[in-house]
Amino acid sequence: MPREYRTIREISGPLMMVCDVEGVKYDELGEVELISGKKCKCRVLEIDDKNALVQLFESPAGINLESSKVRFFGRSMELGVSKDMLGRLFNGLGKPIDGAPELLPEKRIDINGVPINPLARNYPEEFIQTGISAIDGLNTLVRGQKLPIFSASGLPHAALAAQIARQSKVIGSKESFAVVFAAIGITFEEANFFENSFKETGSIDRTVMFVNLGNDPAIERIATPRVAITAAEYLAFEKDMHVLVILTDITNYADALREVSAARKEVPGRRGYPGYMYTDLASLYERAGRQKNKRGSLTMIPILTMPEDDKTHPIPDLTGYITEGQIILNRELFRKGVTPPIDVLPSLSRLKDKGIGKGKTRDDHSCTMNQIFSSYARGKDSKELMMILGEAALDKTDRLYARFADEFELSYLSQGNTTDRSIEETLKIGWNLLSILPRSELKRIDDEFLDKYYKV
Amino acid sequence: MSNGIIKKIAGPLVVAKNMKSANMFDVVRVGDFKLIGEIIEMHEDEASIQVYEETSGLGPGSIVESTKVPLSIELGPGLVGSIFDGIGRPLKLIMKIAGNNLKRGVDVFSLDRKIKWNFAPCLKSNQNVSTGDVIGYVEETPIVTHKIMIPNGVSGKIKEIYEGEFTVNQSIAIVVDSQSNEIPIKMMQTWPVRVGRPYKKKLSPNIPMITGQRVIDTLFPIAKGGVAAVPGPFGSGKTVVQHQLAKWAEVDIVVYIGCGERGNEMTDVLNEFPSIIDPKTGNSLMERTILIANTSDMPVAAREASIYTGITIAEYFRDMGYSVALMADSTSRWAEALREMSGRLEEMPGEEGYPAYLGSRLSSFYERAGRVQIFGDERNSSENEALNDFRTEKDQSDFSDYEDSNLKSRSREGILTVIGAVSPPGGDLSEPVCQATLRIVKVFWGLDSSLAYKRHFPAINWLNSYSLYVDSFLKWYDVNVSSDWMDVRKRILKLLSQEAELEEVVKLVGIDALSSKDRLKLETARSVREDFLHQNAFHEVDTYTSLKKQYLLMKLILEFFDKANLAIDENANIEKILSIPVREKIGRFKYIKDLEIQKEYEIILQSIIKQTSATLESEDLYAQGV
Repeated sequence: MPREYRTIREISGPLMMVCDVEGVKYDELGEVELISGKKCKCRVLEIDDKNALVQLFESPAGINLESSKVRFFGRSMELGVSKDMLGRLFNGLGKPIDGAPELLPEKRIDINGVPINPLARNYPEEFIQTGISAIDGLNTLVRGQKLPIFSASGLPHAALAAQIARQSKVIGSKESFAVVFAAIGITFEEANFFENSFKETGSIDRTVMFVNLGNDPAIERIATPRVAITAAEYLAFEKDMHVLVILTDITNYADALREVSAARKEVPGRRGYPGYMYTDLASLYERAGRQKNKRGSLTMIPILTMPEDDKTHPIPDLTGYITEGQIILNRELFRKGVTPPIDVLPSLSRLKDKGIGKGKTRDDHSCTMNQIFSSYARGKDSKELMMILGEAALDKTDRLYARFADEFELSYLSQGNTTDRSIEETLKIGWNLLSILPRSELKRIDDEFLDKYYKV
Repeated sequence: MSNGIIKKIAGPLVVAKNMKSANMFDVVRVGDFKLIGEIIEMHEDEASIQVYEETSGLGPGSIVESTKVPLSIELGPGLVGSIFDGIGRPLKLIMKIAGNNLKRGVDVFSLDRKIKWNFAPCLKSNQNVSTGDVIGYVEETPIVTHKIMIPNGVSGKIKEIYEGEFTVNQSIAIVVDSQSNEIPIKMMQTWPVRVGRPYKKKLSPNIPMITGQRVIDTLFPIAKGGVAAVPGPFGSGKTVVQHQLAKWAEVDIVVYIGCGERGNEMTDVLNEFPSIIDPKTGNSLMERTILIANTSDMPVAAREASIYTGITIAEYFRDMGYSVALMADSTSRWAEALREMSGRLEEMPGEEGYPAYLGSRLSSFYERAGRVQIFGDERNSSENEALNDFRTEKDQSDFSDYEDSNLKSRSREGILTVIGAVSPPGGDLSEPVCQATLRIVKVFWGLDSSLAYKRHFPAINWLNSYSLYVDSFLKWYDVNVSSDWMDVRKRILKLLSQEAELEEVVKLVGIDALSSKDRLKLETARSVREDFLHQNAFHEVDTYTSLKKQYLLMKLILEFFDKANLAIDENANIEKILSIPVREKIGRFKYIKDLEIQKEYEIILQSIIKQTSATLESEDLYAQGV
């Protein structure tokens, strides 16, 4: 029986100071018991001699300095894992909330994870076909990648993420596949949308859901992504499954982090977010990947909403520095009715080069991709010029580029939320579009492929 | 000696009391896990310790032991081709001990104590030696000959020197100093990472380091021994630029520090470098590369140490007389680690929470780069007993003053070039790390996200990047490439800046309002951008371009420009000129293999002349016809 302390000295926001403690360790998990018998989890943030600074994972309402009891467990926060997690629904701290019986854990794992030795990583290079042209063709996703979706309020990121989860497959492979979904401070409607979408496709049996809704304690959100990733790591690296982790919405996570930091009166970095946010986010995202001697993989799609559509806001900015690219949604395209409204120019998949080409997709993939990018960029410039000066002011080539840009948005980007295009289809649409331009403009494509695929 | 006792733990910062006997910057072992830490502040008997490993599970009352030595790294055979963590522990060994994940408190040596290296001495007994003198060689990899040097501060007469197979820890020679002490010399030496290794004299960097990257070599070259910064927002290709330099730069040794970056990027280097063959030596690139990895999920305090570990290794190879390039990706993460520790120490913050000493730390790091005259001598044992005698007399005097030509020819040079990536938040260059860096570096390769969106790589913006070394290379280019290199370069730059101006005009009044000559300028500048500056790092041929090819390609573009200008003077139609088929050939010149460039160059040159004059003829015919 661990020792109980009734020495809570201070509570302010999510922080609590416990005095005269002995043998308490840094980062240890604890529990506060209220007089009503209600228990809430907490963890040690700092120890100075006999004083422990403790962060609560739930609302401090009802804690009484005289009567509430604190216990420490001598271990950091752990998640009990087992293969039976598949198909179950948990709260943000990993407690089942679907009414079914408690899980019989096979083992307990520290939710903070352990850094992976860079030598032990396997480079992600297996092409995942998501059936979405803008991703498969231009910003290819590979197994073990962390590819966030940068969205903004009012944009259909949930529909896109659900579509990816639904349609993703590795061509010619029959390995077991699972989805781990973490709702971090999102609305019931959004969480429900995901749940229904998993149910409709029958994939709910392969899905583990961790849900912290908007009205759940904000501080719990610090643990939610870690709990989810721990479950995913277990499935990927111990049960040889290919796991797709969807974390939504990272912005809420970062806000919870800021709340704790502010309560600790730390020197803030940009926009009040703590200076260690990069390290903290990295400790989540870097857990994705593939490892040597392990068959499974952990692919991560964090979703975040950019405040004011601003890509330079600290949350998207730091995320972009850690993740292997980003898929950016664009409001203008959304207004035009392009679904999914992926803005391909600032979007990027850093790992695409190893995942495409001969034997993976097709040998002409890489150069057509580069050509489409640069042609679309030029086309957009031409269109801008056309807006200012009128069509007559453009020369013939520029007019062709402008047409290319329009057609590209219409037939390549826009495909709706239910169309599942194979990579061959995507490449074919690409070549059709490139035929709008004269052959001499296609400088990034080798002659060999032009001879083979280019048709006037 | 009494041990310290932990009092406070806050993240990577641990405060221990009863530490009076420890020195500032001593390495300590913290708690039951024996975590590695370093003392960074002392208040009476309390020491603040930055711990290089995850501190969860530590509690007050545990013991802190001082090792009494500052953070040091072992230098010797076995470094090349290895990958180390931020404090110099080999990750391969850690993986063997701890598996796929990094466990704490693993205590391993940097250099393998079991491997036997074949030591071939180049000196004999009774010869005099002093700091930095090469006493023998180890063939470490097919490319790198590891020179075994007399450690700093040791001088005297060789009493014995052995030949054969030794581990790094065995004596390979015994030196007797002036007090008749016998000093055993080993192949391995240790050096505190926060102290720069000494050299005789700094020299001015005036030779370009050829990288095979067109935009760098031609427009913004870096000197051997220079410093460069590559700032850019995420997705603008910083890492690819760094990798390309590590692959192709003309150097003997590359030290690559992955500081707070993605784990997969290190994996990429580890997978790819061994399979890339260095065109000059025919051997794998990994055989000249040393990696330091502190990925972003690894402990933050070790990130702070990682760049010092890296640069100390780089300096060690510089001291052998090699040309070394160090890439640090990214110094912003290093600065953030500094900020995090500073915050925990409750120091008064400077700009954006960074500590006030950010600028001075950065500049003292970059200042460790340079082209220097190194200590010591490298001679054959058969050679000059005479010099040996001479050295005894002159041992203490300043060599640089001595004008003996014989000695001058022996002055040895070492080169350490530093290229640091900076990751400014939101791509905003006004932030403190960028600004502090820009005050120091001479070369600035500004990466531009709008270029990256157009997939123009390397996305180095030609309008705001600069290199302050260019003028000092004038002579070198004269001798090594061509006497008109600088003129050609200037014309290319001028075209690019004119393009920027003309673009403004076009935005206002449309392209039709431009004169034919301006249209031509615009189109030629486009060709410079697309055919010359754009370079595909993943294309087999395009990934590296020799200086000669760069020169020929520029000449072709300008040749077209000149001939077209002449044609316009003769009233040729601009549309016709712009649509001559040879332009496509110029565009594909970059994909031509080096062996065939001269031939192809002649062919294209002839076509340019023929086709531009053809535009005139048809024009004339047309005119006559009317």
